[in-house]
This record gives sequence, C-alpha cells and structure tokens, in this order.
Amino acid sequence: MTDEKHPATENMAPIGAVPSGDGVLDTGPMPTNPPRSQWREVWGQFIRHKGAVAGGIVFLVILIGVFIGPYIWTIDPSYIDIRARNQGPSLAHPFGTDQLGRDMLARMMAGGQTSMLVGIVAMLIALFLGTLIGVVAGYYRKLDGVLMRMTDLFLALPLLPLLLVMVMLFRDSLSKAFGPETGIFILMVTAIGITSWMPTARIVRGDVLALKEREFVLAARSIGTRNGMLIGRHILPNVISPIVVSATLGIANAIITESSLSFLGLGFPPDFPTWGRLLFDGVDYMQQYPERVILPGLAISLTVLSVNYLGDGLRDALDPRIRGR
Amino acid sequence: MLTYFTRRLLLAIPTLLFIGLVIFLLLDLAPGDPTAQLPLTIPPAVREQIRISLGLGEPLPIRFFKWMYQFFIVEPQVVIDSIFGTSFSAGDARVLSWQTRSPVMDIVWQRIPQTLWVVGTAYVVAIIIALPIGIYSAYRQYSIFDNVGTFITMIGFSVPPFFSGVLVIVIFSVNLGWFPSIYDTTLVVNDWDSFMQQLQQMILPVMVLALQITSQLSRFMRASMLDNLNQDYVRTARAKGLGEKSVVLVHVLRNSMIPVVTVIALGIPQIFGGAIITEQVFKVNGIGQLLITAIQANDVPLVQTLTFIFAILIVLFNLIADVLYGLLDPRIRYD
Repeated sequence: MTDEKHPATENMAPIGAVPSGDGVLDTGPMPTNPPRSQWREVWGQFIRHKGAVAGGIVFLVILIGVFIGPYIWTIDPSYIDIRARNQGPSLAHPFGTDQLGRDMLARMMAGGQTSMLVGIVAMLIALFLGTLIGVVAGYYRKLDGVLMRMTDLFLALPLLPLLLVMVMLFRDSLSKAFGPETGIFILMVTAIGITSWMPTARIVRGDVLALKEREFVLAARSIGTRNGMLIGRHILPNVISPIVVSATLGIANAIITESSLSFLGLGFPPDFPTWGRLLFDGVDYMQQYPERVILPGLAISLTVLSVNYLGDGLRDALDPRIRGR
Repeated sequence: MLTYFTRRLLLAIPTLLFIGLVIFLLLDLAPGDPTAQLPLTIPPAVREQIRISLGLGEPLPIRFFKWMYQFFIVEPQVVIDSIFGTSFSAGDARVLSWQTRSPVMDIVWQRIPQTLWVVGTAYVVAIIIALPIGIYSAYRQYSIFDNVGTFITMIGFSVPPFFSGVLVIVIFSVNLGWFPSIYDTTLVVNDWDSFMQQLQQMILPVMVLALQITSQLSRFMRASMLDNLNQDYVRTARAKGLGEKSVVLVHVLRNSMIPVVTVIALGIPQIFGGAIITEQVFKVNGIGQLLITAIQANDVPLVQTLTFIFAILIVLFNLIADVLYGLLDPRIRYD
C-alpha cells in the first residue's frame, strides 16, 4: 500500500500547476462534468489541502536528504577527528562537529536513515497486524469476540513502560544473536509494531462489518466466490483509505517512540546514531552548544509534523463526505 | 445501566489478572540474574540463599499467586491500617523492592505527590486552555484564528516532550535564566517565598505537558463542535430566534462535550505514562522517574508493580469513560 502512495507523491512537482484548473472545474456550476475516476477526485481534494501538500513536500525532501544525501556529503559519520572537536557551523562542517570531532551533518543523515527505517518498517508491521486482525474479526463472526477482546486487552496495556521493559529484557540476547545494530533494529521494530496495531484493527473491523452487508459482497458470494478471494478482491480495496491514513500516523508514532526510547538511553548503542540518540547525547552539552540538541529535535519534529499534515490531508481527501466541499 | 456497570466491573477482574500474568511472565522469562551484580567471592550456597530471600525459590505459579495476593489483599490492608491505626496486615509479607528492600508500595506512595502536582496541574491548565480554543476555532472554521490554532496544535502534537522540554530549558533557564531547569522536590512550601519558588520550578514542566495535552484536547473539541454545528437542531434553534451565544454555548457545547469528557477521562492514565519522559527531562522524582531507575537497576518487583498500577489505571478510566458516556448521552443504552 505504500506503492499506492508513491506515484501520487512523485507526481507532486510536475502537476503543481494543475490545482487552480481543478478548482475551477469543481466550483463551476457545470453539471455536465466529464466523469472522473475516484483517485483523480481524491487527488484533486488532496491538492487543495495546502498543509497536506506542504507536509508531503517536506517529508519527501527529508527522505531524499537522508537517503541520497550521504552520496553527496561523503564524510564518514563515524570518522573521529579529535582536533576538530566541538566546532560551530562552518563551511567544512555545516552543522558543526561533536565532542569527538565527528561531522554532525553526516551523523544527522545517518541517524535519519535509522529513524526513518524504524518508522517505516514498524508502521508496516503494525499495519499488517492491524489489517489482518481487523479483517478477520470483521469478516468471520466467530472470531470477532475473541479478537476484539484481545485488542481491548492490548489497549489496556501501559505501552511505554512495557516497551521500556521489553527493550531492557531482550536487548542483550538479540544483540548477541544478530549483532548489536541489527539486533536492536529487529527488537525496536517488532516492539513498536506489536504495540501499535490496535487502532488500525478497530477501524478496519468497523469498515469490514459495514462492507460485509453490502450488495456487491452478496453478489460476489452468490456467484461462488471463496472467502479468501472475496476478501482480497472486494473487501480490502474498500478499506484502503483508513489503512492509508493510519499508515501515515503510524510512521509518526513509530519515529516518536523510537526517539523516546533512545532518549531514555534504552535505544540503539551509543556509536550508532539515530535522531533520538543524537538529541540524548547533545543534552550534556546543551549549555555550550545548544544547536546539538536543537538540530536533531528539529529533524524529528519536522518529520512528524509533515507526516501528520500529510495524514490530515489524506483523511480529508479520502473521506467522501468532505470531498468536494 | 447498573447491570452494565456491574458486568463491566466483573469483566475487569479477569482482564486485570490476565494483564498481570502477561507482565509477570514477560519479566520472569527475561534472562538475567539478580545476584549477578554481587561480588564473585560469595560462595554458591550463600548465593542460593540470597536468591531464596529475594523470593525466587518457589515455582512460577506460586510466585505469581503470591504477588497477586500481596498486591490485592495485603496492600489494601496496609492502607486501612495506616488510616485507622488498626493492625490487619501485621506479619503479612509485602512486595519488597530488590533495590532498597523496603515495601514497593511505600516507595510508590512517596513518589505520587510529586507526579500528581506536576501532571495534575498540567492537565487542569490544558483543559482550561484547550476548550475555549477548540470551541472558537470550530465556530469560526477556516478563519485566521482557526488556521493559526490548528497549526499550533499540530506543532504541539508533533513535537515530542523530550525535545520541547529541552528546548524550553535552553531558552528559559540557560539563556534567560528565568526558571530553574531542575525540579527540586525537597522544597517545603511554608511561606510566600517558597511558594513562589515552587511556582517557578513548576512552570516549565507544566508548560511542556500542557502544550501536549492542549493540542490533543482542542483538536477533539474542534472536531466535536464541527460535527454538531451542522446538525438540524442548531438550525432549529437559530430559526426560533435564539441568540448566537445561547445556540453555541448552550445547545451545541453541551452536546459536543459528551465525547470530549470521555476523552479527558481516557487521557488521565496516559498522562502517567507520558509523564515518564517529562519527569526525566526536568528531574522530577515522580512515578515515571521511579520506573526508569527501577528498569535500569533490574528491580523486577518494582517494575512489575508499577506497570501493573498503570494497567489498573487504564482499565479503571476506560470503565469510567464508558459509564460517563452512558450517563451523559441518553441516546446510548447499554442494556
């Protein structure tokens, strides 16, 4: 479903000039508009939400900067140049250097890669679990009670304390099994994924329950469509919009959770930068070099803000009651 | 309503037991030995005795049962004893912390006032700020006030407390020097000066927490108002000549408050969990900070009990929110 989103975001720049034309078409009193596909309609609504478009562009810029930036800015983030330590912003080091003389720009990009990857992978896990449980609970009446009780149980768990406990307990054994970085990555992503699928499951279940009673499902069933096929072809495409919205919110949530854990000292190992870890390391030098705290914090906040705006716009665009207003 | 309430209350018991079991198992299955930190010169026999004295000698089901018994039977007795001066709990074993060897609940009771002061004040401040903002921005949807307000709440929503906390410390206590960056819990408020000091040190943590809660609540308030403002009964009220003030502040507001009140109730336990970071940033030695230190020191009974208390709070306030919803909205019938 991220594939679904990408063509839309990639098209953003070239179609930049279209919205005014679209707006005229929409508001004009012409009942004989040519029929437009649903996704064009959604796109037209999305493009009118200025915050969402800005959020999308900012998010894209951050993504490109973090993943393609290291090919342009080729300083190794772990290269220690002790003579150039604690430098302020300069041409050689636009974001300055840290207490070991490592280039902050390179570290910010490396940290951003980890934070973004954790956010995206954890979101995918949560989305997969949430959709699976939501669809199964909504579709099969027998499993509904059990699965929804389980969802309620998970919602009643204190999540941040449990995450802390999980990280504390399984950090060492997973680090041993997969190496410190991969081990912690797996731990983080699974821990965040299995503690944040519940809202998606609830929304999807509600939608599936309503869809199941619709005529096209009855029609599909009456021509002998099997359950698996029915879910894949008729139910899932119709619940894609709540899933897309919770995907964006899921990324934001996962990035914040990862950085909170790193900030509490229970995240990735110290020599492995993430935005949360960089912020945590910067707190000790807050009085002399406030930029070391502000830069990673700004990166986290900007990413989350842009993703939240994106989600807001998507929600409005995908909601047929709001569309065209 | 009453039958619904009793059914939910009865259902909460197995839920809590199950959550307790999950927490217990999660901590118990973890690798790690509480005696690993002790000197290597201690002979194995003594080491075994230490383990038994920590309560690790018995099989797992018995330990779980003992923990539950101590939590639900012994601890309430202790509370009753300390209030009425009776001695029900004399001689009963209590849940002991591995760090200090003192009863866990005693430590928790010591920490609760700090958390309640800071977090509770922040919650009240946030409610007072959020409701008018939400009401006004819904009433003037897409006005400048609404757009600015939405933007600010979006920021408050997106900026994590560990960044906003550090940021306000840099601005207000490092650069401007107005407020202290560390919350001093030993301060005794007994005259005007110490009261002002207490106020000053509370401003930063309360500001950070309130920003977060305000943004969530005002978004809810706005959405709920918007849902109601387009309803037919609003048009009716206007058509029969009621003033705008009474239409919005009486008719619409009362209906919009129903979901908001439940959200406020649901948010209370989350505040305890979310305050972990804020307490850590400002060094408030409240419950959240207690949890972090306990986790770092591998103090299993303390972590178990604290996590379980959070779970109880969540289940309890879920129940309260549902009951409130039923009481406030006559359209909802549970029976």
